[in-house]
Amino acid sequence: MEKIITRHFGQENSHRLENYLKDKGYEAARKALTQMTPAQIIEEIKKSYLRGLGGAGFATGMKWGFIPKNNPKPKYLVVNGDEGEPGTFKDKYIFEQDPHALLEGIIITCYAIGSHKAYVYIRGEYLKSIQILQGAIDEAYKNEFLGKGIMGTSCDCDVVIHPGAGAYICGEETALLESLEGKKGFPRLKPPFPAVVGLFGCPTVINNVETLACVAPIILNGSEWFFKLGYANQGGNRIFCVSGHVNKPGIYELPAGITLREIIYEHAGGIPHGRKLKAVIPGGISAPVLTADEIDVKMDFDSLKSIGSMAGSGGIIVMDDTTDMVWAAMIAARFFAHESCGQCSPCREGSGWVYNNLKRIYHEIGRPHDLANLPGIVSNIGGNTICAFGDAVTMSVGSYVSKFRSEFENKIKERVCQI
Amino acid sequence: MPNLTIDGKKIEVPAGTTIIQAADKLGIDIPRYCYHPALPVAGNCRICMVEVEKQAKLQIACYTPVAEGMVVKTTSPKVLEARKTVLEFLLVNHPVDCPVCDQAGECKLQDYYMEHGQYDSRLADVKVKKEKKAFSIGPTVMLDQERCILCTRCVRFADNITKTSEFGVFDRGDHSQLDVYPGKQLDNKYSGNVVDICPVGALTDKDFRFKCRVWYLDKTNSICPGCSMGCNITVEWDKTRPHQHKKARVMRLKPRLNPDVNDYWMCDVGRYDYHFIDENRIQYPQLKDELISWGKAIGTLAQTIKPLQDAGRMDRIGIIASAKLTNEDLFVIRKLFKDTLKISQVDFRVGEKPGDSDNFLIKADKNPNTAGALAILGDSQPDAQAIIAKAKQGQIDLLYVFGHDLVKLFGKDTVEQIYKNVKLFVFQCSNINDTCGYAHLILPSSVYAEKEGTFTNCQQRVQRIWPAFFPLGDSKGDWEILSLLSEQLGAPIKYRGSQEVFKDIAGTMSAFSQMSYEKIADQGMVLKK
Repeated sequence: MEKIITRHFGQENSHRLENYLKDKGYEAARKALTQMTPAQIIEEIKKSYLRGLGGAGFATGMKWGFIPKNNPKPKYLVVNGDEGEPGTFKDKYIFEQDPHALLEGIIITCYAIGSHKAYVYIRGEYLKSIQILQGAIDEAYKNEFLGKGIMGTSCDCDVVIHPGAGAYICGEETALLESLEGKKGFPRLKPPFPAVVGLFGCPTVINNVETLACVAPIILNGSEWFFKLGYANQGGNRIFCVSGHVNKPGIYELPAGITLREIIYEHAGGIPHGRKLKAVIPGGISAPVLTADEIDVKMDFDSLKSIGSMAGSGGIIVMDDTTDMVWAAMIAARFFAHESCGQCSPCREGSGWVYNNLKRIYHEIGRPHDLANLPGIVSNIGGNTICAFGDAVTMSVGSYVSKFRSEFENKIKERVCQI
Repeated sequence: MPNLTIDGKKIEVPAGTTIIQAADKLGIDIPRYCYHPALPVAGNCRICMVEVEKQAKLQIACYTPVAEGMVVKTTSPKVLEARKTVLEFLLVNHPVDCPVCDQAGECKLQDYYMEHGQYDSRLADVKVKKEKKAFSIGPTVMLDQERCILCTRCVRFADNITKTSEFGVFDRGDHSQLDVYPGKQLDNKYSGNVVDICPVGALTDKDFRFKCRVWYLDKTNSICPGCSMGCNITVEWDKTRPHQHKKARVMRLKPRLNPDVNDYWMCDVGRYDYHFIDENRIQYPQLKDELISWGKAIGTLAQTIKPLQDAGRMDRIGIIASAKLTNEDLFVIRKLFKDTLKISQVDFRVGEKPGDSDNFLIKADKNPNTAGALAILGDSQPDAQAIIAKAKQGQIDLLYVFGHDLVKLFGKDTVEQIYKNVKLFVFQCSNINDTCGYAHLILPSSVYAEKEGTFTNCQQRVQRIWPAFFPLGDSKGDWEILSLLSEQLGAPIKYRGSQEVFKDIAGTMSAFSQMSYEKIADQGMVLKK
């Protein structure tokens, strides 16, 4: 299978410019800046059906197209590298293994949207990523791939790294902007969307690291090539991060149309110790959990959505039959309670309440009405909040209760664990 | 301008109006915590969610702009359910300590629970304990973090109105807590307003805490007499339980909405300066050291004026009026002393030093009615300072002073000399001050909260005050005292009430023409140029 994003991974000194230049490095940027207009680039990206790989799956070309043409304010590109979704560890590898692929994507994107400055917001814990990316940026400046007059053209592009300070919510794009502006990471009310009023009140495009790493290959090889790699309305490959009860956990770059069964059993080596699969989270902890019967689903955004889950960030967490699903639900709820930013009331108060409720059931001191109340409390959060975090609580925790209800009932009735 | 329908009522509003603003115009009350018309929208409490036709999700009314043909439902089952839900969430970590909470009775959590909540509790968990309960965050305000619903109204007030930014929300999730920044205190000139805008019992007023349950309070509209801004206020008072508060009647002052004057706000100086209404009052007329009746007091005064009148020596009389008096008082002063008795030495400009001021509500002129006094008494010579100088030199036999503490203004020596050189020094005042000791005759007058009348503020806006209760003791309104005097002098100036005085003002003075109490109402009217 053809690799795009991870094509240089594992090579010696893969993060160095000389290695990147060996394999047509920065040729896409040169082609874009010298032979193409911004409108042509946006059109090419639209036709490639590249979708936002941070988790929302929004069409990238369309997002770029929202930047107003006649706005005299400066435009910004913000790279979302605040990879905090549990089960997700792909951006980290792009930063560390192929930072120049990201930088080339940034240069092309900045040119396409008329921006001269890109901010890379990296999760604060990713110290190594920050170090390596900064090294790559320095190399690029030295070789005139960044700065003023890139590669002899009249294009300017500056890249600045901004480490986060450890809040999951800062991966939400408007909370990220607030954080970048030096404020507390609270999601903004929408509209206006960042494309119109974004960073410092200026039009802003916010893209995930993996999304931008796909840009240069699309420009080089054409949108049709990229689109054909994908499935249905989603072009290209994506990185799946497989963790949990599998023999070979790790990152796998695979086409979007692959099934979850193939990923688990063919690529990740199946479930260890001959145990049986019980449940899978297909796209990071916010994605509703799938049962073992549902793993023939294709892993593109639309297919997973159609069965009530989501492709999210590509973080696949596999759970075998030794997993206590009440425990799994409680851990998810604990994460949400800990990371709720506390801005709006349903999520602030609800996430903690849900966690407490699950904690009681898990510790076998729950009463029947705890389980009876749980779905109601959970569903009251989603749809009533400022950002999608509330929806994630509803969908994620709700799915454990609805799909594995007997385990919850057992904890309450028998006051013992089934496992 | 978009047309929309809210609960079946049609309205046309300017583009950019939000649903909650349109609903307010229609008189449809959408519950709210974080929304405040004078502050930027935060959209965090989520209780104002309404159903908008053709939209899958409920929308927050405070942020959603109206659109042409929009159909909004504020009482559909879905909306009512959402309100109940939000209330339930807000109470998850709320201590529900209403019995010991000073906000009880004017708490929006209580109000909306009675209206929209009323569910059986599903809570079985220990609540998140927050650090600061009954915690002083400044000279005037107490914070209770557990009661806080994190609506951030106070944060936005300090950020946007006073621009002092004392408040922040710290930590996250259900451990979020409101506090002042480390090392900071809530100590600005408008601190008290955060108590007004706090919809729950998180911020309470040290001055009012535990003094009186709010349901015992009566409310009377008034104007703050603290400076020439004339902030619109309500005087909140309780006469039913005098044993509870040492016979004090006024419990607190609150700002009253007037977009042209003070909007929703008032300064702390004005807010806490009400104790003089009940404390330190002069209650009975007094001649030298003897308490006397009004008959004797007015008689003494008339006996001093008559011989001077007969001798044509009106230049031996000096009247020091005050810009703290109402337009009605000043008009009767003018009518009696200037027009009837033909006294030329009538003035109010005592040369007070300007006080502190800012570019928001606090004005340097600490009199509520300077503009009115100028309009009614004019600015002719001699001014009050010149009259005082004459009195000091013994060129005046009768000095009649309204309210000014001369000791504070001119020094003890001057007032001592006045006491010696003037035959009758009459001091008409509401509260005991140093000047009282030098006056021959003291006449007790009522304070603004006991008066009906009007003040004219620095914007030339004539604003009404209403009497909250009867004058304390034997004190009387200033113009009523003059009315008694005029009868004794055989030139009666009689009115059945302040309204009639004002009718006279409107009839004789062109600046006040077209005005009446009905038209001035509770928002005021600007003087004609």
